[in-house]
Parts: sequence; C-alpha cells; structure tokens
Amino acid sequence: MKRRNLLLSAAVSAPLLALGAACSSSTSRGGGSGDTITMWTHNGGNAEELAVVEKVVEDFNAQSEKQIAIESFPQASYNDAIVAAAASGDLPDILDLDGPIMPNWAWSGYLAPLEMDPAVIDAMLPTTVGRFQDQIYSVGPYDTAMAVLARKSALEAAAVRIPEIDTPWTLEEFNDAMAALSELPDYEFGIDLGVSETAEWWSYAYSPMLQSFGGDLIDRDTYLSADGVLNGPEGIEFGAWFQSVFEKGWASKTPTTGGADFGQGVVPMCWAGGWQVLTAQEAHGADDVLILPPPDFGTGPRTGAGSWQWGISADSPHISEASEFLSFLMQDEYLVAYSDATGNFPTTASAVEKSENYRPGGALEPIYEVSTKYAQVRPETPAYPVISSVFDKAMHDIMAGADVQESLDQAVSDIDANIASNDGYGF
Amino acid sequence: MTVSTRSTRRGTLRSEERQAWVLAAPALILLTMFLVIPILITFGLSFTNARLISPNPPSFRGVDNFVRAFQDPTFLRSILNTFVFAAVVVPIQSGLALAIALLVNAKVKGTAAFRTLIFMPVVTSMVVVSVLWSFMYQQNGLINQALEQLTAGRWESFGWLQDERTALAAVILLSVWQAFGMHMIIWLSGLQMIDPALYEAAALDGASYWHSFRHVTWPGLRSTMVFILITITIAALGLFVQIDVMTQGGPQDSTSTIVYHAVRKGYREQDMGYGAALSLIFFVIVLAISLIQRRITRDKD
Repeated sequence: MKRRNLLLSAAVSAPLLALGAACSSSTSRGGGSGDTITMWTHNGGNAEELAVVEKVVEDFNAQSEKQIAIESFPQASYNDAIVAAAASGDLPDILDLDGPIMPNWAWSGYLAPLEMDPAVIDAMLPTTVGRFQDQIYSVGPYDTAMAVLARKSALEAAAVRIPEIDTPWTLEEFNDAMAALSELPDYEFGIDLGVSETAEWWSYAYSPMLQSFGGDLIDRDTYLSADGVLNGPEGIEFGAWFQSVFEKGWASKTPTTGGADFGQGVVPMCWAGGWQVLTAQEAHGADDVLILPPPDFGTGPRTGAGSWQWGISADSPHISEASEFLSFLMQDEYLVAYSDATGNFPTTASAVEKSENYRPGGALEPIYEVSTKYAQVRPETPAYPVISSVFDKAMHDIMAGADVQESLDQAVSDIDANIASNDGYGF
Repeated sequence: MTVSTRSTRRGTLRSEERQAWVLAAPALILLTMFLVIPILITFGLSFTNARLISPNPPSFRGVDNFVRAFQDPTFLRSILNTFVFAAVVVPIQSGLALAIALLVNAKVKGTAAFRTLIFMPVVTSMVVVSVLWSFMYQQNGLINQALEQLTAGRWESFGWLQDERTALAAVILLSVWQAFGMHMIIWLSGLQMIDPALYEAAALDGASYWHSFRHVTWPGLRSTMVFILITITIAALGLFVQIDVMTQGGPQDSTSTIVYHAVRKGYREQDMGYGAALSLIFFVIVLAISLIQRRITRDKD
C-alpha cells in the first residue's frame, strides 16, 4: 500500500517537477504535506478555463503562506482518476467535480464540509451551492441552463408565435411549432434535441422535461423510491411524447453532436445548453438566433442546473486554508473572468452585471433569466450516478420505440433495487 | 552399481526440474498476479454486495447476485446477443479470411499491395473504426446515401444503429471487416508451411484444384484452423468496444453484450458485487466453450 502510494505520487508529481513547480510528496493519508495545497481540475483540454484557474491560484499564492499546486486532467477521464485516487487514499486537497455527483462522493466520505464565510455563500446562486444532508460540500463559480434556440426567420415563415420569458409555449404550441417547422422546404426536421450526446447529457437535458410534465427521477420527499414518480401517469405521458417527436419525424435520431446541425442551418430549432449559443449566433447573426424559454409541458417550464463546482477532500490537512481559497475565488473579478472564458453565467448578481455576455443587454442575458426563473437541480442523492445511468438507458429505449410503461417500470425497479441494496443511502 | 546410476539419474532429473521451474517462474508470477488473483477476487466479490465506492463495508449475500442475473432481462438478452454475434462472426470471419488468403497466396502481380490494403483496418484502432462506421450508418450517412443513389431515390433511409432489427447486423459487419485481415495473415502462414512437393504429387496424379484443396491444403491447415477458431471465438464472446462506442447496448438491448452489461452495472453503476457475478458467469461460459472446441478439434490419434 505504502509503496504504491509512493509510486503514484511519484507519477503524479513528475509533471509538476518538469514544470518547475514545487513538488509535494503526498502521504498515504492523501492531501498535500507541509506548505503545499494540491489541487486537481478537469480543465486539461480547456485552455481558456484553465487559464482563469491558473490566474486565481497565482494571485492567491502571492498573498498566502501556503502555496497551491495545480494538476489538470482531461475531462473524459477525470472522474475515473478521482475514484482511483480515493480508493488508494491519494486525493488532492482541492478538487473540482460535476455538480450532481457531489452527494455520492460526500456520502462515500471523499469530501469535507466546507468552512466558508456565510456572507460569501449568501451572495451565490442556490444552484451553484452543493448541499447534502444540511451541509455544504461544493461551490461553483458559474452555472448554465438549457433553452430552445430558434431561427427567427423560420418561426416567421411558419407563422409560429414567438414566446417571451413569461409566456412560454404550451405543449400543444410546441408540438405545432415542431410540425410546422419540419414542413418548411429549407429544413428536414423541426428541432435538434441533441440525442447524439452521451454521458450525463440525457439526464441533464431531458429530466427537466419530465419534471415539467409533473414527473421526476425520484420522489424528492423521501429519496427512497422512484415508483409512481418516474413511471406515474405524468412520466408515461412524457415518455410517450418524447417517443412521438421521433416517430412523427420532427427530430432526427442521429443529429450531429454538439448542436452543429443548428449552426449549419440544417434544423431551425435546437434544445441547447447556454454554452452553445455564441457559436450559433456567429453562424446566423445575433438577430436571427432567438433564445426561447423551455416549453411549459404542464407544470411550468423547467431547465437543468448545477455545473462544475469545487470541493475539498475529507482527509486534507488544509481544510481551512482550502476553504479560504474557495472564498478568494468567489470574488467578482475572477467570476467575471470565468464567465467570459466559458460562456456560463457567474454565480453572484454583482458579477453578472459586469460580465460581457450577461450584463443587461448582453448576448446571453436570456439564458440567465431562464435559469433564475425555471432552474431545478438534479436530485441531491448518492444514488444519482445510478439514477442517471438507468434513466439514460430507459430514454434511449423509448426513443427506439420500446413500450413506454415497460421501460419506465424497469427503470424504477432498477433504481429502487439499488437504493435498497445501499440501505437507503442514509435517508 | 545399479543403485548409484539410478540415484545420479534422479539427481539430474531433479536439477532439470529445478531449471524448468526457474525458467517458468517469471511467466508464472505474472500470470498469477494478473490472471489467477483477479479471478479469485472476482469469485469472492460475486457473493457480496460490494460497491465501487461506499462508506459501508461489503456484506456476504450468498447467491443473490446470480439469482438477480438470471432475472435481469437485459442480461438474458445480452447472453443471447453475445452468442448470436459469435455464431455469425466465427464462420464468416474465418471463411472470408481463408478465401482471401487462398487468393492472395496465388503467385500473381500486385498481391503485396492487395495484402496491405486488406491488413489496413487491423492496424487501425477499433475505437476509430467504430466512430467512422457510426457516421456511415447514420440516417444521412454514406450507406443510406449510396442506397438512395442505387435505387433512384426509392430507398427509405433510416439510422442503422437506431433500429433494433439492424443494429446488431451493422455491428457484425464492421467487426468482420476490421478483424479478418489478421486471420488472413495467419491462414497465409499456414498455407506457406505446406510442402510444395505434395501439390506437385497431386498434380501428377491429375487432381483438380478442388481435389488438391480437399486432400492437401485442408489437412495441412488443420492446426492453423484450430488456432483461428478458438481465438476468433474468444474475441467474439468478449465483444465490448464497438458496443460502447456505437450503440451503448441499445436500441432496446438489441446490441447489449455480457461484457458491456457487466461494465455498465459493475463500474458505471458502481455495483461491483453484481458486476463480478456477471463476469464470473462470462468466465465460466468462455471456459466451457473453449474446452468443448478443444475436444472436438483435438487430433484423433
């Protein structure tokens, strides 16, 4: 065990040495030693966001005794690296994580509750503060939301009403819009729902629709069962509707990934994340790309929430300094830099005012409005990774034409079996 | 006298035995570390409710995981799919590889270039091949476009991987295309080991091409055939990469395989105990099939 840790930390610190950064020999308790705070981030392939993180760390190191050393990983293998490091007791002091996985890691004992100034937390958007069992385990510098992108020219050509933030389309209007747009000579389909994406996308993108119908991924009163919520009448209605969109030929089952069909003018509408808007506006001009609120499927519009956030590992010897760093990071200057680099909106209202895309009249202002009005975080339970995987499978089957009731019943029994085998995850 | 010679012979035997052990030791140690121990751990885990990450220690659950496996509709479908895949791929891939090998073995100009072309997909990563073919199978992809051209627009284009009737067939097609070059090379080496004198003798006896294939080539390829059959079978039963990249087991479980399902449950859904049980079932199935194949194809002395 000890030897493997030495080998691992040698492997981990080799790149640091090469960079001329301070090398920390990690102990088998994990975390850094002495005066170095180790930090892992998923921005390995994302130069803009990594540059922001490096700038914050540089400024923090300039005014602190304890120095932070950054280690960046590519996003695709990041979660695996964390789980492997946790299993061998080699977690860094500070790590970033995808919002919905936080409860699972907190329950597993990877994360320490944050010791942050309540004033800092109060200024943040609720969707960027990761809470589990009345403790705060993670904080995010930004968030984003999903909305409908539509070509103004196409809506006008099909004589479809253009909805405002407070007057979203109803289910019937949305269906009529998709039908009318797929009839247009210039377009083969009415909308790109983004079904070519994988991993967390399906849960992030389509569970808000399920919630708008009145269903949910799990009963949020008890967190012990999905029965009657995922496979209740509202869930069935959602599944049947989702299936019909492809059966009627309103959306393709094989769109290009990354919402590129909309940018290339192949489809006039797109169910898209806020990070995809700027590219689309570059392609068709800001006047022709409308950011529309999610449709109201019955119980009001819903959109996803919870992006990448920062947490501190449970066995770090530097919890208070690391918490201090997270408070330091939540200064407007850095939040604005983050927002400008990523296209997501900052977590504090004062930083929103100063950011390039979200200030009043900014190109992405409607995304922020959609989020503050209609956002709902994914269920905050350690069962989430399983719920997400099971929901993903059920929805893929439904898209392929499977029986909606059977698919959702099977999903519920898989989710419930998992919760039971984990003794309710402490709920 | 007799006693002493016997004892020295036993001495040399013993030292030879020692040498044999010393020579085999590195391989045995590695095999133990990376094969025997993991299999034993899998065996142990499969009777527990171990999680990939959990604050709670695993507890013994008896045969619960195995009972659950045989009530899991996706797993049962995965077994069926795995067998269908193997049953189709093994004969087609080995037969096609042999046919091409016989062609390439003929002494005609240009065979070297042809051989290289055939071998190209083999040295391409299966992930890359899967991504490329995914594009070709799309609703507006190359294959549908080509069929539309050929049928003058009468062809109804659809996503091959999004339809449960065609998804597995689509995966089979690209798998054979990617791998048969490897087996063609193995068949070729077998063909080139056959003594040319036998062909000359057959020609003198007035044997037709078919006769000489039947009585000279095929018996000479026997050991090659056994090797190819067993390696393709094991590779086909372990189908994972194409499914992971192209279909994620869908649509409606029509392409889910035993290994893919075990990874999904054991790793992505963190249910190590159940994943281990599925892997153990897979191990037993592969072992049984390999032993049966060995029995059927063993030399009848």
